[in-house]
Amino acid sequence: MDDGLQDVPQARIELRGISKHFGEGSTRVDALVDIELTVGAGEIIGLLGPSGSGKSTLLNVIGCVSEPDAGWMRLDGELVYDTRWLRADRRRLRLTKIGFIFQTHNLLPFLNATENVAEVMELAGLSRHQARMSANALLDYLEVGHRRQAFPGEMSGGEAQRVAIARALANNPRIILADEPTAPLDSARAHIVMDLLSRIAKDHQAAVLVVTHDEAIFQRFDRLVSLRDGRLVAT
Amino acid sequence: MNLAFRDIRRNRLRFALTVLGVGMLLGVVIAMTGIYEGALTDALALPRGEHAALWVVQPRTFGPFAEPSRIPRDTRDLIRRMPGVAAAGAVTFQTVQSTTAAGRPVRLYLEGYEPGRPGGPPPLVAGHGLTESHYQVVVDASSHLKLGTRVLLGPYRDPYTVVGLTHGMVSSAGEPLAWVNLLDAQALQFDVPPALERRERAAGRTPPTTTDVNAVLVRLEPGVSALSVAHDISRWKHLAAVPEAREETYLTLFVIQKMQKQLGMFMTILTAVSAVIIALIIYTLTMDKVRSIATLKFIGAPDRTIVGLIVQQALTIGIMGYGIGLALIVLGKAYFPRRVQLEPFDLAVVLLIVIVVCLAGSVLSIRAALKVDPAEALASG
Ligand SMILES: Nc1ncnc2c1ncn2[C@@H]1O[C@H](COP(=O)(O)OP(=O)(O)OP(=O)(O)O)[C@@H](O)[C@H]1O
Ligand SMILES: [Mg+2]
Repeated sequence: MDDGLQDVPQARIELRGISKHFGEGSTRVDALVDIELTVGAGEIIGLLGPSGSGKSTLLNVIGCVSEPDAGWMRLDGELVYDTRWLRADRRRLRLTKIGFIFQTHNLLPFLNATENVAEVMELAGLSRHQARMSANALLDYLEVGHRRQAFPGEMSGGEAQRVAIARALANNPRIILADEPTAPLDSARAHIVMDLLSRIAKDHQAAVLVVTHDEAIFQRFDRLVSLRDGRLVAT
Repeated sequence: MNLAFRDIRRNRLRFALTVLGVGMLLGVVIAMTGIYEGALTDALALPRGEHAALWVVQPRTFGPFAEPSRIPRDTRDLIRRMPGVAAAGAVTFQTVQSTTAAGRPVRLYLEGYEPGRPGGPPPLVAGHGLTESHYQVVVDASSHLKLGTRVLLGPYRDPYTVVGLTHGMVSSAGEPLAWVNLLDAQALQFDVPPALERRERAAGRTPPTTTDVNAVLVRLEPGVSALSVAHDISRWKHLAAVPEAREETYLTLFVIQKMQKQLGMFMTILTAVSAVIIALIIYTLTMDKVRSIATLKFIGAPDRTIVGLIVQQALTIGIMGYGIGLALIVLGKAYFPRRVQLEPFDLAVVLLIVIVVCLAGSVLSIRAALKVDPAEALASG
């Protein structure tokens, strides 16, 4: 592969010159301006910034949900955006390479805990039986194994969040994007989740990008980056 | 993992009510097809039950059912003597509105016939045929009259005793059939009070006579062509002779066609209403799941999964609704005032329409669902 770009073999996320705006004229918002960011395998990074600074927008761009206006982006070594999308099947990319942990849990309300986790495994090609087994193992690991049969509406915020984390991890993604994952958790549970994300980063050589306001967990990151008005600034 | 059924399982009660509603709607559609077929069967029961090859009627009429037909009774003897004719019987038809001796109103479609000749009731389910030449009547069980009941008929309210019962014999209008001796029937139909008869004669008109009949039923010798006998009858006797099949056509073409058109109209409207309602239900179900659909897309589910979710739910509602509708009609058809005749072909067509309607109803929802932005899954709320 010789595309004239600097080759960083261990980089899972690489963004160069990524910009994105919403609206036009007087309502124009430059949500991301010329973002340069590299997250290596096994790295866990904290993304800080005030409300409206573009943190969620950045995660959406990396998650291939929102289209940037300019720049290029490489995920797990694959160039997926270069002033346009290069990959038609971005859903498949999300399914197999990216684990998303939402600000709110976003579980499917009509599936119980096991089914919510197993669903993404089945979509990725696992048999129903295998998917259920792995899903339950993952739930046990996240200490919500006792809530397997519960539906999201019957869970506490923390339980739902841990099920959602299990779902994000279900297909062993190389990239994990988390938007304030510890917000609904008490500090003990927040640390358990951070332990887990650190371990996933190390064990699976995944790149983990976590949006957070929670100063108590700042020291858990390898590195912190800050957004202000759509620009990355030194922390 | 089947998402459609898991969603249904989670929203059982709501889903059950929806299916019940659709089921009742489809039940009405199914009943309509049954009534449509039943009307046809009812209308043809009488001419088919006569087992006559030819119906001799007044020339240039479509009688005796589509319009009145009057011919002299001695026509029967003229016809009987023609070559190829095995038997001939004179018959009359009329609707009577009367009461039982106990005062209960009854409405009957009365056939007068000559026992021992073509015409008269099909095999009875109870009692016996006419044994006396007057004041006995055989009725269809759908009149709810019992053996031995006395029915008052004619201008003089003569009591007729019910001596026999048939089953499933009604007129094209749904009135129970009844049979009396031809002589009684002629008196009922053509007997004119003496004062009126005098007035008619004074005016130079011939009053109706009790020797008229409405039609003569003809049975032929084996191997004789009905058409050639019909030809001879019209040529030599100046009467119209209508083959049985054509008499059936007159009934379907002239007598019950309006009713069938009306039923067809209702069926079309109901089917359209069902289609709109099913489409709306499916659309609402889909819109309630927008967030789940966004999440599914977000976590990487292909469109096929989302389309499958919608189509499977739509078909489940349609097919379960159809099953419930069918069950309701099968259980309830005995209580309908008219014959409900469920034909496998009609049921298959309705099922096919339901499936098509469900698929068409899903199109709108699928389009909406495929437009859902996966980023919506991120919106807090
Ligand atoms: N779909 C959109 N349409 C228009 N403007 C948008 C849209 N999404 C985000 N924005 C704007 O882009 C900017 C960045 O929004 P973003 O949601 O990324 O902020 P954030 O850092 O995640 O904030 P918070 O901490 O409150 O979640 C904001 O000014 C927001 O109003
Ligand atoms: Mg945000």
